[in-house]
Amino acid sequence: MIRTEEMLLNVGPQHPSTHGVFRIVLKIDGETIIEAQPVIGYLHRGTEKLAENLQYTQIIPYTDRMDYLAAMTNNYVICHAVETMMNLEIPERAEYLRVLVMELGRIASHLVWFGTYLLDIGAMSPFLYAFREREAIIGLLNEISGARLTFNYMRIGGVKWDAPEGWIEKIREFVPYMREQLSGYHDLVSGNEIFLNRVKGVGLYSKEEALDYSLSGANLRCTGISWDLRKDESYSIYDRFSFDVPAFDSGDAWARYQCRMAEIEESLKIVEQAVEQFPENGEIMAKVPKIIKPPKGEAYVRIESPRGEIGCYIASEGKKEPYRLKFRRPSFYNLQILPKLLVGENISNLITILGGIDIVLGEVDG
Amino acid sequence: MPSENDGKSPGSELKKQAAAEAKAKALELAKQRALEKKEENENSSHEMSIEERKKKAVAEAKAKAAELKALREKEEAPSTNDSLADDKAKAAAKAKAAAAAKAKAAAAAKAKAAREGAGDPSDPAADEKAKAAAKAKAAAAAKAKAAAAAKAKAAREGAGDSSGPSDEKAKAIAAAKAKAAAAARAKAAAAATKAEEPAEEQKPSPLQPLLDRYVSLIQKALGEDVLEDSYINRLSRDVPTLVAKPDTYFKVAQLLKHHGELRFDYLSELHATDFETHLEVYNHFYSYSHRSPVALKVKINREEAVIDSLAPLWAGADWPEREAFDLLGITFTGHPNLTRIMMPDDWVGHPLRKDYEPYDVEV
Amino acid sequence: MMNHLLSSPPGWIHAAIFFGLGACLLVIVLGFVTYAILAERKVLGFMQLRPGPNRVGGRFGLLQTVADVLKLLIKEDTIPKLADKPLFILAPVLAFAPAFMVLAAIPFSEHLKFSDLSIGLLYYIAISGITTVGILMAGWASNNKYSLLGGMRSAAQMISYEIPLVISVIGVILFSGSLNLTDIVNGQEKVAYIFLSPLGFIVFFISSIAELNRTPFDLPEAESELVAGYHVEYSGFRWAFFMLTEYVYLFAMAALTTVLFLGGWKPIPFLGFIPGIIWFALKFSVIVFFMIWIRGTMPRLRADQLMEFAWKVLLPVALLNIFVSAVVKELFLR
Repeated sequence: MIRTEEMLLNVGPQHPSTHGVFRIVLKIDGETIIEAQPVIGYLHRGTEKLAENLQYTQIIPYTDRMDYLAAMTNNYVICHAVETMMNLEIPERAEYLRVLVMELGRIASHLVWFGTYLLDIGAMSPFLYAFREREAIIGLLNEISGARLTFNYMRIGGVKWDAPEGWIEKIREFVPYMREQLSGYHDLVSGNEIFLNRVKGVGLYSKEEALDYSLSGANLRCTGISWDLRKDESYSIYDRFSFDVPAFDSGDAWARYQCRMAEIEESLKIVEQAVEQFPENGEIMAKVPKIIKPPKGEAYVRIESPRGEIGCYIASEGKKEPYRLKFRRPSFYNLQILPKLLVGENISNLITILGGIDIVLGEVDG
Repeated sequence: MPSENDGKSPGSELKKQAAAEAKAKALELAKQRALEKKEENENSSHEMSIEERKKKAVAEAKAKAAELKALREKEEAPSTNDSLADDKAKAAAKAKAAAAAKAKAAAAAKAKAAREGAGDPSDPAADEKAKAAAKAKAAAAAKAKAAAAAKAKAAREGAGDSSGPSDEKAKAIAAAKAKAAAAARAKAAAAATKAEEPAEEQKPSPLQPLLDRYVSLIQKALGEDVLEDSYINRLSRDVPTLVAKPDTYFKVAQLLKHHGELRFDYLSELHATDFETHLEVYNHFYSYSHRSPVALKVKINREEAVIDSLAPLWAGADWPEREAFDLLGITFTGHPNLTRIMMPDDWVGHPLRKDYEPYDVEV
Repeated sequence: MMNHLLSSPPGWIHAAIFFGLGACLLVIVLGFVTYAILAERKVLGFMQLRPGPNRVGGRFGLLQTVADVLKLLIKEDTIPKLADKPLFILAPVLAFAPAFMVLAAIPFSEHLKFSDLSIGLLYYIAISGITTVGILMAGWASNNKYSLLGGMRSAAQMISYEIPLVISVIGVILFSGSLNLTDIVNGQEKVAYIFLSPLGFIVFFISSIAELNRTPFDLPEAESELVAGYHVEYSGFRWAFFMLTEYVYLFAMAALTTVLFLGGWKPIPFLGFIPGIIWFALKFSVIVFFMIWIRGTMPRLRADQLMEFAWKVLLPVALLNIFVSAVVKELFLR
């Protein structure tokens, strides 16, 4: 007697393409996915609980470990939340340094995404090319912060270290170099027929669905919604730079790819302008009390991280520790749409779709 | 501790009143204690300028204060950080009350003593303190429990009764203040004063018209008394903040999403917080059609944390609500798949609750 | 000597000589595999901005593969508890044996060949098909869902690509009028068949990459999807057998391509003083290099696209190639 059976396939938490410890339980018929059930929490470290017993400055290193590919934006979001509550004036030079490191971090993060995405799809070389450029950025960030991944660079009221001698010059040289490499990526990947076949029309969703599922970042912009908090709810000094918010209409993995690649270019524009406008000298820290105590009350701020909208909610009692700290982690929200996208797809598309969402598990699990 | 006593809302009389009450209570308590404790009487310079109200709450607070003071006197060492000791005492009293509900009471006292001892291992005085605290706890257990029960009951009643939110608030505030540090009495009073000041000198926020429009739209559609409160949150980029009642929460959310002039089609953030007197769910919505933000909050009974789920309205609320369920134990009715998301399925307790204690037989 | 041996009557001494020669070939092939792996890693490394193996055996890592093989030999052999044990053990052998068997039909130079089958080409294609069974068996016997998926993909892929592969060489057979590989090489005295049948060559080359399960057709072992596909449960030398199979096939397929399309050991005009075997090695290396190059460049296809490509693109093109070849033969080779 021949009969067919559905099969349960457990992908992860140890699987090369889940980018960490993400697990998804698939019900498959042949290679077609009938149902997908994501399981997360393997990297949950209780940052929010820990933070309730830490002073605000002590929390900053913990944020490095959430989205460890773009730690600078994480640093910034908590500083920004506290600064918003305390209504602090940040020195100009510090703001420029912040924007520079955040945008460099954004490029580095997108490069990792680009490399690993292609690796998921089966092309190995772009990964190593992307890491070459990322290495250059990490070197720059290392020079200014002393760390390569978990920077712990920003402080409430400013930044910890001033730019070392010649740092700005190095960035100035980096921008054209990066542009050149970027066009190399487009030559190698963006026109590749196999790649296009793999990503076009895959993981499709509409504008309404994207909003319904609280997607943000490139996952939202790929549906044609031109929305970037840097521009639309401008914070820091982003209103001083001219840059575009790339948005593409098709809402598939291809649009997400184009979005992120275009974002690298936009970030380069911002970096270029920031370097030009960089103030010769000045303070890098605002006058803040030794022990930071935001006023009693609550605040929620959100900024644009490479992965989308990262938010920070603080409920303060006026003490030196937050009463409640909550991060809106973009990967966590973005991942929610995954089960819906997977139904009826091929297993190969699982990788394409999951990779296209661009999650960092440290952030998903908090 | 309750955030509603910050007196930030220019439009709300209740708020002001609550804040005034809080201040009054703090001052009164400060004076009372100053009389009892002579060595720290520099705070008595504050005069009791506002008339005394809510006798019941004060009596309760006094009972609590007396008990806590007894504790503190035993603990007080010259090098002790007062707020630390106070926190501990507070935690102790609170955990006691919670323990009854949690049915984990058997090992609780012991575990707590051990935990407190371990909490400050570098300090030789800590051990002594912990012991003293444990002893005092035993003595004050009955009292604390009674007080907590009374408070919870009062809170529940207050929540049920729409006409008396200020009553509930005042009670909550009084209780909270009573628990505040003895050494920080002056500070507390000062803080209350400070909180009062900006409320008076604030200019109206640029987003005030927005808030007014939301409120009028909601009241037109759903009736006058659906909102518990509404104010501009000055600390959070002036976001218009609405506080719904638990039974109108879903309706308000529904209106926010579907009303043509509101159209909050994007849920930016959903999370919950344990404010000890109550739980609170905080939502941040954004309307891409009108490019405007709003925050919607709802206060939930702590003992019986049940609230409508927003997942049927915004699919994006699915996981955040699961997270709130997992970490704070809020049950969202109507949620498609309310299971633990961060912690393992067999985990005991809800870690982000303030009285959470790890359930582990080994410890 | 070879030709003499092949034409003399069979006997025990004969068998012993052939066995010895076979063993020699095996050693040569293993030597090739050792250095093909190293070459692949080095070339890929070069393309990907990294040094590749550079510790064991000097600056170029000449003994890296040897060390790897040694490690595999002394590694614990694990068989999953719920695996189908006999099949699990048989599978690597069944996969590897045909890979080595096909080498018998390939002439490496005018004199260096182990057989002179009149149906050499058919023999190659028929025998190489058996490997699919071994791989499918491995996928099934492991009792692992990833292996099973890998095995199924592999079977589907190999069967599909066998067809354009075979049809694409019909042009060559038309030109040479023979299935004997030596005759085919001799038929390319004046011009290599790659110039007469470029379409056939392209189809053949693509299909051969698919047959070899190499990028961009490495779906059966797609690391990022199926972890390692059919051999996920294998370890130690059983796993090494699959690795060997893969590289021996690389050797065989490159040799076959050389023979069919690049004129085997025939020299480029005016360079006839270089021995045939060197020519063969050069052409062969170019093919191998191309395969590595493609691996360094291309992403992977999706299963359904893979099938579509085989049936909707390669097969019609291969059929067209037959027609074109017939026309070419009629017009230019009479």
